[in-house]
Amino acid sequence: MIPNTKYKIPNTRRALTGGYAAAYALKQIEPDVMPVYPITPQTPIIETYAKFVADGEVETEMIEVESEHSAMSAAIGASAAGARTVTATSSQGLAYMHEMLYIASGMRLPILMVVAARALSAPLSIHGDHSDVMGSRDSGWIQIFCENPQEVYDKTIIGMKLAERVGLPVMVIMDGFNTSHSVENLEILDAEIVKKFIGDYLPEHSLLDIENPVTYGPVALQESYFEFKIDQELATEKVTEEYRKVTEEYEKISGRKYGLFEEYNVKDAEKVLVLIGSVAGTAKDAVDELKKRNMKVGLIKIELFRPFPFAEIAGALKKAKEIIVMDRAQSIGSHPPLYSEIINSLYQIPASSAGGPDTKYQIQSIVYGLGGRDVFKKQIEQILGGKFKEKYLQ
Amino acid sequence: MKYHKDTMEIIFFARGGQGAKTAAEIIAQAAVLEGNFVQTFPNFGPERSGAPTKTYLRISNKAIRTKEPVVDPDVVVVLDDTLLDSQKVTEGLDKNEALIINSTKHPHEIRDIIRFDGKIHAVDANGISMAIVGQPRPNTVILGKIIKVTEVVKLESILEEFRKIFEDKIGKENCEKNILAIEKAYDVV
Repeated sequence: MIPNTKYKIPNTRRALTGGYAAAYALKQIEPDVMPVYPITPQTPIIETYAKFVADGEVETEMIEVESEHSAMSAAIGASAAGARTVTATSSQGLAYMHEMLYIASGMRLPILMVVAARALSAPLSIHGDHSDVMGSRDSGWIQIFCENPQEVYDKTIIGMKLAERVGLPVMVIMDGFNTSHSVENLEILDAEIVKKFIGDYLPEHSLLDIENPVTYGPVALQESYFEFKIDQELATEKVTEEYRKVTEEYEKISGRKYGLFEEYNVKDAEKVLVLIGSVAGTAKDAVDELKKRNMKVGLIKIELFRPFPFAEIAGALKKAKEIIVMDRAQSIGSHPPLYSEIINSLYQIPASSAGGPDTKYQIQSIVYGLGGRDVFKKQIEQILGGKFKEKYLQ
Repeated sequence: MKYHKDTMEIIFFARGGQGAKTAAEIIAQAAVLEGNFVQTFPNFGPERSGAPTKTYLRISNKAIRTKEPVVDPDVVVVLDDTLLDSQKVTEGLDKNEALIINSTKHPHEIRDIIRFDGKIHAVDANGISMAIVGQPRPNTVILGKIIKVTEVVKLESILEEFRKIFEDKIGKENCEKNILAIEKAYDVV
């Protein structure tokens, strides 16, 4: 990708972990308030940021609270007061915030939260999977997934701008350990360019605007609660379009293109693999390997999971004959989360004659990587080669 | 020893606290300095001091996308020869590839223990470190040997990165002592 020459792009190639990349993007954003509580594998993010604060490189007010429930509560208070607010968490921490997530989204607060996704207890595991963030998928937060440290850096910046533009909270999600603790090359933008891109945060309403007093989070009785929730859904429906616009604006300053999802070799593919997160990198290598053997295979990597881009995914999968969906989470008692969304997407494709949903697709669901189980390129080649028929890639 | 494929893949075997992650990262940053692509991550086991650890390092002239652990290393580095009893350090190494080990043992003694046909480079990184730095710092000292054997980055790039990371932390004098030890490990046959 050739960077847009309109902006001076300094020579800032370096190698950082995903956690450090998030902290660095946050440093350039320089939020007003950052309530934090540590948890593996997210801790390096706030630890690094605390160093920036201690060294006087940023003026953010970091609030060290006693739990994640309090971290999100403090974030809600700060954001309602009109402050640009961010936090970060993982796993049990995100689960512990669950109650407050709905309050942040219901109050339409543009909080940015970086999540290093990790398995949930029990049994105890500190390692990566998507169980925690999938548990928050109905909480009204926008969810953006990252493949590698470069995406973490870029999407942290994109996420902050998107949150403030649409007035909704955003989760930027990286795979715990696989991305948060892996040192990889990335390109950093000039601080001034990021500052200009993010702009000043001027909230439409805030608790501290005493000239225009407002109430946040009052009781809504039977005659109004329903309408609030419908409005929230309508606001979220507009996010897909706004996300697209923000990523286009970001491409202009960075030269890096993001979308609702990434299509890799999908155009002529008969068999398409759909997945989320860091294993997409391994899958791309597997696709290239099979291409050499003249196999028509491709990959779709989901970037925006909430709101889910059903119609766009349906368009991208239209020509596929076979679809394989790999989930790094379960939905015990139902289908895995991404698999369910792909089935939902296919029902948007009208069948040629009857006009009802099209059921010509062969579709397979595979659950992988729970509790940090490694995934190898050879395994993905087997899956794409039709040689893997199990439900779990163990 | 030169790249025999696009990507050079190295596995470090060490014990928790010995600094294999730091050693891998110094090489990675030096490679970035020279315009290459890198990836390094630990095998994400429980982090306990003294427990066996594995750290992976990839260096390539093109972007690295895979996230899988290294299964077919070109070089294996062992920071502690007591690991030879419990770890399969030569797994995936063939006779054209190399094992670099911090040990006072002679390579043929090591060969007797692990029955490996490839090259074995033993360096007394602890000894060099104690003599020059006055502290056991085998993880950084062994860097000299690694780059001498692999030629994956230039010695100057390693030293530049080392200074960048450590000069403020340990002071100029101590930093230069460490650098002397790295150079010694580079030259020692």
